[in-house]
Amino acid sequence: MIQVNNLHKSFGKEEILKGINTQFYQGKTNLIIGQSGAGKTVFLKCLLGLFEPTEGTIEYNGQAYSSLDAEKQRDLRQKMGMVFQGGALFDSMTIAENVMFPLRMFTKQKKSEMMDRVDEVLQRVNLENVNHKFPSEISGGMQKRVSIARAIVNKPEYLFCDEPNSGLDPKTAILIDNLIQEITKENDITTVINTHDMNSVLEIGENIVYLKNGNLAWNGSKDEIYKSEDESLTNFVYSSELFKKVRKAQLKGL
Amino acid sequence: MKYLHDIGEYFIMLKKVFGRMTKTSVLRGLIFKEIDDLIISSLGIVIFISFFIGGVVTIQTALNLNNPLIPKSLIAFTARQSIILEFSPTFISIIMAGKVGSNITSSIGTMRVMEQIDALEVMGINSANYLIFPKIIAMLFYPFVIAISMFVGIAGAYAAGVLGGFVAGEQFLNGLQNDFISFHLVYAFIKTFFFAIILATIPAYHGYYMKGGALEVGKASTTAFVWTSVVLILANYLLTQLLLS
Repeated sequence: MIQVNNLHKSFGKEEILKGINTQFYQGKTNLIIGQSGAGKTVFLKCLLGLFEPTEGTIEYNGQAYSSLDAEKQRDLRQKMGMVFQGGALFDSMTIAENVMFPLRMFTKQKKSEMMDRVDEVLQRVNLENVNHKFPSEISGGMQKRVSIARAIVNKPEYLFCDEPNSGLDPKTAILIDNLIQEITKENDITTVINTHDMNSVLEIGENIVYLKNGNLAWNGSKDEIYKSEDESLTNFVYSSELFKKVRKAQLKGL
Repeated sequence: MKYLHDIGEYFIMLKKVFGRMTKTSVLRGLIFKEIDDLIISSLGIVIFISFFIGGVVTIQTALNLNNPLIPKSLIAFTARQSIILEFSPTFISIIMAGKVGSNITSSIGTMRVMEQIDALEVMGINSANYLIFPKIIAMLFYPFVIAISMFVGIAGAYAAGVLGGFVAGEQFLNGLQNDFISFHLVYAFIKTFFFAIILATIPAYHGYYMKGGALEVGKASTTAFVWTSVVLILANYLLTQLLLS
């Protein structure tokens, strides 16, 4: 579990995050949503330890990141997996080398053991016969799946995803969402997803954190969201005509 | 004020580069790859330029020596001094600022744009060490490039001088050996060592702290070339003043 206590983050005089208190639960898909400029990416980068909070603490299973020495912070980082918006695969490496990278860096496994694990995770994300290809030779959806494989290869306790289905067609986007949710359940990890995609919210949003102007404006699940009376939230989530109809149906209990 | 900030940031980056080291087995492979990318792949252009510039220096010297009292061997002497003292260490380094420097800036800058540096950091890897340290070690082989440049430059001078009929072969060889001061070679290689560090680190700084998208990668490469050249020229002046005055 990740516990966020009174998190503030400023750049110069501009305050981006204004005292966020929330939790991200183990074994659940936790979503951060909000309009552009709401502070989602800054929040995610604080969770990842890429940005140091101006004030407040972030606890990972009860351990505050800021209270750890550099060595322990590194150990904690090795328990994190990250799926970047663009995949962030290393262009000069093959798919197998990309997925193997965390194992090469942090384990003393033999190459054959690492290859077995690579094959296992690539199979898990439904990718076969791509080991020797380069990232530029596969589609965007496949790159996302490779990125997920790389994030989970070292059996992380925390999985972070930044817009995991941006730029994907709706069918592939749902596949990626479901894959992330399945992996979360199978491995009982704490997954935090930063998303704009309302399909994802209504599909896999077990714990949703809605940010507005750097504040936590709403927190709940996909089953609670349609009952919310927060106008900015409902306007944001049910912005399209289709989603407005979905909400009406949800309110009618259909 | 911005320059002070940049200089400070450059030294912070250097501290980070020599901070927590990447696993040796991984680093070894990266160093060999960088030696191939930065050193071996530069040899062709260095040999080509050195040979012809050596020839041009010889022709220009020969055409300007009209006085019959001045021995023809001075042509070789002048070519040797020009090539060893300035052309090979400095002129080739400025060319390398364009070739190697832009390679370093664009490769690291692209990794920044594509969030690959963030990916390394999230994994708990010292990205500065992983990306820049192998380039610095590879550039320590740069003096070998300059040694080859000197040899080929003098060969080009010989070819232009002797085959062009400006000086006899024996006279050229005599001039080449006249008043040879071995410290001049030491001076050239000391300069080359400092230039290698400049060539590896300044472009790396411009790539590592790059902000923006693909367009900015191009701008960063240009800025890196300009600043690397400026620092090379200043370092050249300072080192010459310190070592030769």
